[in-house]
Amino acid sequence: MSGERQTRSNLAGTLDMSWKDMSWLLMGLLAAIALYAAPNVTWLGTFPEHWGLPISAWTNAILAPMVVGLQGATRVLSQVIGAPMSAGRAVLDWTPWSTVTLAFFLLAYWTAGIRTACFTLASFLYIVSVGFWTPTMNTIAQIGLAIPIAILLGFAIGTLAARYPRLNTATQASLDFMQTIPTFAYLIPILLLFGFGPVVGLITSIIYAMPPMIRNTILGLQRVPPELRESGRMSGCTPLQEFWWVRVPAATPQLLVGLNQTTMAAFSMIIIASVIGGSQDIGWEVLSTMRKAQFGESLAAGVVIAVLAMILDRVSCGFTQRYVHGEQFHTNRYFWIASLGALFASVALASLVPSLWVWPDAWVIRPAAPLDTAVDWITANYGTSLNALKTTAFYYFLLPLKIGLVQAVTPMTWGLSFDGPVQIGYWAIAALAVGVATVYSDRAAASIIAVIAILLFYGTTGIPWPVFIAIVTLAAYQAGGFPTAVFAFLAQLFILVSGFWPAAMLSVYLCVAAVAICIAIGVSLGAAAANNDHLSALLRPINDGLQTVPQFVLLIPALMFFQAGDFTALIAIILYAIVPAIKYTEAGLRNVSPNSVEAGLALGCTKRQMFWQVRLPQAVPEILLGVNQTIMYALAMLVIAALVGTTDLGQEVYIALGKADAGSGLVAGISMALIAMIADRVLQNAASSRKAALGLPV
Amino acid sequence: MNFQLRDAYTPHPVSSNAKLACANLWKVYGPKVGYYFDTKGYIIDPQLLAKRMRDEKHIPAVANVSLDIPEGEIFVIMGLSGSGKSTVLRCLARLLDLSHGQVVLDGQDISKLTERDLIDVRRHKMGMVFQHFGLMPHLTVIDNVAFPLKIQGKPKQERLARAHEMIELVGLHGREDAYPRQLSGGQQQRVGIARSLAVGPEVWFLDEPFSALDPLIRRQMQDEFLRLQKQLKKTIVFVTHDFIEAMRLADRICVMKDGFVVQVGTPEELVSRPANDYVRSFVGDAPLAKVLRVGAIMNRHIADEHRAIATTKISASAKLEEAMTLFRNESSVLNVCDEEGQEIGSLSALQVVQALAAKSRIAP
Ligand SMILES: Nc1ncnc2c1ncn2[C@@H]1O[C@H](COP(=O)(O)OP(=O)(O)OP(=O)(O)O)[C@@H](O)[C@H]1O
Ligand SMILES: [Mg+2]
Repeated sequence: MSGERQTRSNLAGTLDMSWKDMSWLLMGLLAAIALYAAPNVTWLGTFPEHWGLPISAWTNAILAPMVVGLQGATRVLSQVIGAPMSAGRAVLDWTPWSTVTLAFFLLAYWTAGIRTACFTLASFLYIVSVGFWTPTMNTIAQIGLAIPIAILLGFAIGTLAARYPRLNTATQASLDFMQTIPTFAYLIPILLLFGFGPVVGLITSIIYAMPPMIRNTILGLQRVPPELRESGRMSGCTPLQEFWWVRVPAATPQLLVGLNQTTMAAFSMIIIASVIGGSQDIGWEVLSTMRKAQFGESLAAGVVIAVLAMILDRVSCGFTQRYVHGEQFHTNRYFWIASLGALFASVALASLVPSLWVWPDAWVIRPAAPLDTAVDWITANYGTSLNALKTTAFYYFLLPLKIGLVQAVTPMTWGLSFDGPVQIGYWAIAALAVGVATVYSDRAAASIIAVIAILLFYGTTGIPWPVFIAIVTLAAYQAGGFPTAVFAFLAQLFILVSGFWPAAMLSVYLCVAAVAICIAIGVSLGAAAANNDHLSALLRPINDGLQTVPQFVLLIPALMFFQAGDFTALIAIILYAIVPAIKYTEAGLRNVSPNSVEAGLALGCTKRQMFWQVRLPQAVPEILLGVNQTIMYALAMLVIAALVGTTDLGQEVYIALGKADAGSGLVAGISMALIAMIADRVLQNAASSRKAALGLPV
Repeated sequence: MNFQLRDAYTPHPVSSNAKLACANLWKVYGPKVGYYFDTKGYIIDPQLLAKRMRDEKHIPAVANVSLDIPEGEIFVIMGLSGSGKSTVLRCLARLLDLSHGQVVLDGQDISKLTERDLIDVRRHKMGMVFQHFGLMPHLTVIDNVAFPLKIQGKPKQERLARAHEMIELVGLHGREDAYPRQLSGGQQQRVGIARSLAVGPEVWFLDEPFSALDPLIRRQMQDEFLRLQKQLKKTIVFVTHDFIEAMRLADRICVMKDGFVVQVGTPEELVSRPANDYVRSFVGDAPLAKVLRVGAIMNRHIADEHRAIATTKISASAKLEEAMTLFRNESSVLNVCDEEGQEIGSLSALQVVQALAAKSRIAP
């Protein structure tokens, strides 16, 4: 809506107000009343417990007999999957380290070339020399089993879904839902069914990692041009031949995209699954040392995870690239014979030279001690400034957002108290900002400012629940119309009655804080990168690295410098969630149609005008999608950040995991998924209506 | 079904000397197709039936089509986009199941064959060329051409030899190891042609094979196609929406509209006696000289005075256009010969002028 029309409608009074404007006004009134009454009417402030429903208990009551019924079967399954895994572990354990290293070197060389091979070699030498060989081999045994199973199952399910339309609809819906469920929530039911042990991690990671393979299989198979299938049939293919010789090869580039994504997801989940312990893997090494505050040790193990992730990524990407570009693999017999020969030779050599078989203890370097010293040195020298950063962020940003300015602003910290005149001044400024936004921008901006003002005043935990629900429902209505509003309302109701509202508000608080910073920094960085190729080239590997490394690892540096707590969680979340904000902003700005840029030039825009008035408005939809992704990433990371002591829904899930309380864990997990889904729908809809308004393809 | 009994359905007799034929062929898309055709067939004017289908949210992509295609003929199907050309072709090739009717190949009704038997028919008797080539992106040229043979489990030696032969035939020698994406459109279609011929099919289907190519390349491929056909003498069903292309290639043309066949005839027949305005609009601006053949207007008895002055020969199957260039260069009378070079008539410049003038009066 143009500013001009806005001005007119405001001047002309409220006569031509639309239904949407009315609802905003009504909501504003209701909110004002609720806010005013909240201190006196307790149920407005906190949702009375006896109004809720014991949804978690019900879930448990439903699950318990199912678990008992299935346990027999799952125990068998557990054995079936456990056997090859133990075998794999035993083999890897027995095999000389030099042979294993050589094998991975050859694999990397075959798929991704000499550079990756050298990187692999260096990484394995690092792993063995810092003494993480056994846990690493245990992890490799797990992923070595999880990845092929996830890929095969994903391919099979994707194939069936591509074949039967009805199955396809069901599959897509459940995939969408699975994507938003926090990672730990997957673990709980599986833990119940399979008991503790390494098999849980295996199965969880298979389930968690399958969706990308399923999606890409469906996509790939469906996108095979009908003409190609017909040409197969005219060549005389039987249906089976047509599938294997025509459709699958034609879909292979897409299948390989799925393979890469599934591989990375499986690895990430294997690492996360180690929180339940019992499998002596590298993830556990990180976690247990982190708990004991042995950060040097923890970091050294974290590096192992990071390099493993990079190797996996390079290898599967390299495989894909080579295939897609039709390069010839070293498929000639000599490469294989030479490789096999080299492997046997290395075993033989190792039997003569024991230190090539088992890395001698005497050779193990412990990087932990120097690392710890380094960390100590940094905290000793920069401790005060780090602490200052932390307290500043805490008192002037996190706390107001959490409990509201009224309580956060005290003479102790802010040097003034938030009463009488200051409050009036605050509201006056807010009202002025809303007024200015209404006149010069559009109502969306004005309402965003108003909501931020209310949010800061009361804090996410202090805001009365009816007000919060009303605001979110209305925003959903504004963005996506009636169905979205109904969904948002019901989803919030679910969280409310299931008793997770306070925890959910804490999640919202951390998420809002992280997303706000991600947007501020990420969008600026993205915008800068769109104008500067050097910066863009610099950011790309950092972004890729942050996305490749399992989320878990990002906790280590945050924890090292800032101890457990909200701020540490915030840093970890930002590290992970900032990537889409940067990427989408840059992409959005770079993809602005050259025509309009040329038109802007022809009209004599300055550089600044070009950015603010030509490129940015057109990039807004893409940036909104980036914000959406940032929120999804932040929520996903929130669960993992529970490991460093948050108090939100993520923590609820984590606690439930510890107690094997499936009901609470699932309901808390679903609550989180619901928050993600509300944000997702609102932003997706906002982005597509923006796009439609700009005449871009939706 | 209680349809009114009007101009009832007449079963089309399948001609016995046709290589490929179809009779009362329907292909209807929609939720309840079977409803329109009970076991005895339908007893209603096909036009009414099609209208009723449309009213009830069904799409009669092919409606009551009956065709007889003799051996060795180039049979061209043309019509506007969406008129059902591709669908007819795919029904004839049995890539699609029919809603109603028969398809007869070599006197055998192939509309009732099991999938297994159909695969056998496709493996030995049919070849098909596609508009967008339909090449396997993951296979090299030679492997693409050998693909139908590989499917049949032919030994490697044999299928590579055959594929080489085909590649030679379409003039792609030297590009055997290229991937389709490394070839130009024209080259890709040559691969498509080579592949479709690899099994030595008797019936050759081509669905707008040259539509995706530049005009210049298209011309070249048409010539190539005619050269191949002269050599191979297949029975050909060729779909195009380009009337000029149809004129150049066809022995007979079938014009379709909304699933129905509007007219079937030789190019000359279409030009001189278009069945209705739809056909006329197609042929309307066709240059007559490019359409009419010498044989159609020549003088069958050869006057002595003509024999004396005619020194230049022309084939009876040549177009008037070609004759006109000869007049311009040399004499005013041409000797018309048949395939074997036997003189069978003569053609004078005056005859040509009269023919063109007369035809343009018929086709306003
Ligand atoms: N699978 C299908 N489902 C529903 N309708 C179809 C299907 N395939 C074809 N049709 C319809 O059948 C009609 C004929 O389609 P067909 O592809 O045979 O046209 P065409 O003459 O080949 O056109 P073109 O020149 O565009 O290739 C069209 O109206 C089309 O929409
Ligand atoms: Mg077609």
